[in-house]
Amino acid sequence: MAPPGGTADPLIEVRDLTKIYGEGDTAVHALRGVSLDIRRGEFVAIMGPSGSGKSTFMHLLGCLDRPTSGSYRLAGEEVSRLSRDELADIRNRQIGFVFQSFNLLARTTALENVELPMLYAGVRQDERLRRARALLVSVGLGERLDHRPSELSGGQQQRVAIARALANGAPLLMADEPTGNLDSASSIEILTLFRHLNRERGITVVVVTHDMNVAAWSRRVVIFKDGLVMQDRPVEAVVPEAIRAAAGDAPVAQEARA
Amino acid sequence: MNIAVLLRVAWQALGRNAARSFLTMLGIIIGVGAVITSMAIGSGAQAAVLAQIESLGANLVVVIPGAITTGGVSLGFGTKTSLTLADVAAIAQHVPEVAAAAPSSSTNAQVVSGGMNWYTSITGSTPAWQMVRSWPVAQGRFFTNAEVDQVAKVAVLGSTATQNLFPAGGAVGATVIIKNVPFHVIGVLTSKGQSGFGRDQDDFVIVPITTLQERLTGITFNRWVGSILISATSPESVPGVIDAAERLLRIRHHLTAHQPDDFSVRNISDVQQVRIATSQTQALLLAGVAVVSLVVGGIGIMNIMLVSVTERTREIGLRMAVGAKGRDILLQFLVEALTLACIGGLIGIGVGLLTARAASTLGHWPVLISPFSMILGFTSAAAVGVVFGFYPAQRAAALDPIVALRYE
Repeated sequence: MAPPGGTADPLIEVRDLTKIYGEGDTAVHALRGVSLDIRRGEFVAIMGPSGSGKSTFMHLLGCLDRPTSGSYRLAGEEVSRLSRDELADIRNRQIGFVFQSFNLLARTTALENVELPMLYAGVRQDERLRRARALLVSVGLGERLDHRPSELSGGQQQRVAIARALANGAPLLMADEPTGNLDSASSIEILTLFRHLNRERGITVVVVTHDMNVAAWSRRVVIFKDGLVMQDRPVEAVVPEAIRAAAGDAPVAQEARA
Repeated sequence: MNIAVLLRVAWQALGRNAARSFLTMLGIIIGVGAVITSMAIGSGAQAAVLAQIESLGANLVVVIPGAITTGGVSLGFGTKTSLTLADVAAIAQHVPEVAAAAPSSSTNAQVVSGGMNWYTSITGSTPAWQMVRSWPVAQGRFFTNAEVDQVAKVAVLGSTATQNLFPAGGAVGATVIIKNVPFHVIGVLTSKGQSGFGRDQDDFVIVPITTLQERLTGITFNRWVGSILISATSPESVPGVIDAAERLLRIRHHLTAHQPDDFSVRNISDVQQVRIATSQTQALLLAGVAVVSLVVGGIGIMNIMLVSVTERTREIGLRMAVGAKGRDILLQFLVEALTLACIGGLIGIGVGLLTARAASTLGHWPVLISPFSMILGFTSAAAVGVVFGFYPAQRAAALDPIVALRYE
């Protein structure tokens, strides 16, 4: 069990990261030199208005893209200059993604969706099935293994996506507006699940959001503006207490119910 | 990803659009079907021609009289009477590498036996004919040289003539009347069946050539014969035999250096080669249709795969996000195109077999279905799948995961 503020062991070390799209006069400086450390076991919210560079930063952290310059060490490994295939490998082993629109494969069962990252990791079939089943049970979908996305509610679909993100035992969970398509009850379910994974299993959670109610669930809030980190402070310093109270910042042990 | 998973993913993807997948396969189905059918018809025709050569004897050389030319109009080979029985004897005696030489003249006549009668071809020849055509008797015996010399009124029947004249059997020993001349039936030939081109080879009666000339056609002057059949000792000696026979006949016919041949010597397999070439041309034409159809089918596959890649851009982005490498995506779509093409190929083989069977039973074409054509058809389908599936697959693999994930 990790302490709330994370361990002393850095999972993410970013130094002077820049990202420029295009060239010459039309060049867009999406990131202008960002330095940031995230330790294992942290729960960080990344906020900022659109165009602030938070999405670009998310893509770089998620190894979906390469920076123009700067350094990014993930779990001690320099990943900023890796090839496409090497990045795919890093994503497969180190990072679990949760998207606003769930991005489950349509007409494919929950079980098969969770198996997907393991297919690319070359996990054997019996092991894939065993792990996928256990993960779906752990997110409370043990009764819906063979349901297709169209047969599941939004909250249930997002839980399948979370199970998928955990399939290869990634230490980092990256969520991009994970509650953007959910009603408030489902949102609380999902955020509760994140908190549980963060606290009970020591998984580092990075959530990109523009919603204070979501950020309230984190321990640390990083705010971007104009391609730079404008604020990097504990949640108490950014999110008003009333909103934090709604996030029920209390020990959570009952959230894993079906 | 292992191949079993790739195949399952491809199968699921194709199954989701079953109707579209089937329509996409149509080009391949038609192409492979055409490959199977064209090869079945082509090799069937070739086999039929070869069988006919076989039944005629591959070493057979035919000498036919030259053309009559009246007022500058040539009536074509065989219209002149220039070959005689003496020529036949000379060829048999003086041309090296000749196994046998037989004259052949024929006429058509009504043959009567008791209550039955049958209109058929009457051939006149010598016992050497049996050797040249390598055609044994089924019952009784063939006539002898002595009977030829004696102008004996004996006849040997082909099996079709026998069946029509003696449906109850008992042909050998019976008497048939041809043009009011009674002939003693001394033998019945074995059946050779239909020739490659549908002609019944067994529908004739053979008698000594002298008897034919004196009793049936009345051509006795100079003992003209319709043609001379020569059997060379081996297929290799055929050209030498043709050459020697030509020189011998020119000398015997007293032709000067400026006069053209009044006869023509032909190698039967040359004649048949032309027929083979014709059937091969037809097969080639069908093969052309097959190739065009396969290419069109391939373009269809490429089209649908491009649509499929576009439709599934988000899926591709997601797969990349969870760790799919470019190669994984490439393989996924390549296997999908390949599966499409291979299923089309299998259906095409079925369609080809049915079409070939229909051509055989309904059109009475000689067909020969070879396993090779099925392998060729299937392999071409698979090759089309790979070639035309590659571009869409590569496009899928080259997608930027971020762009793909955001694609609406």
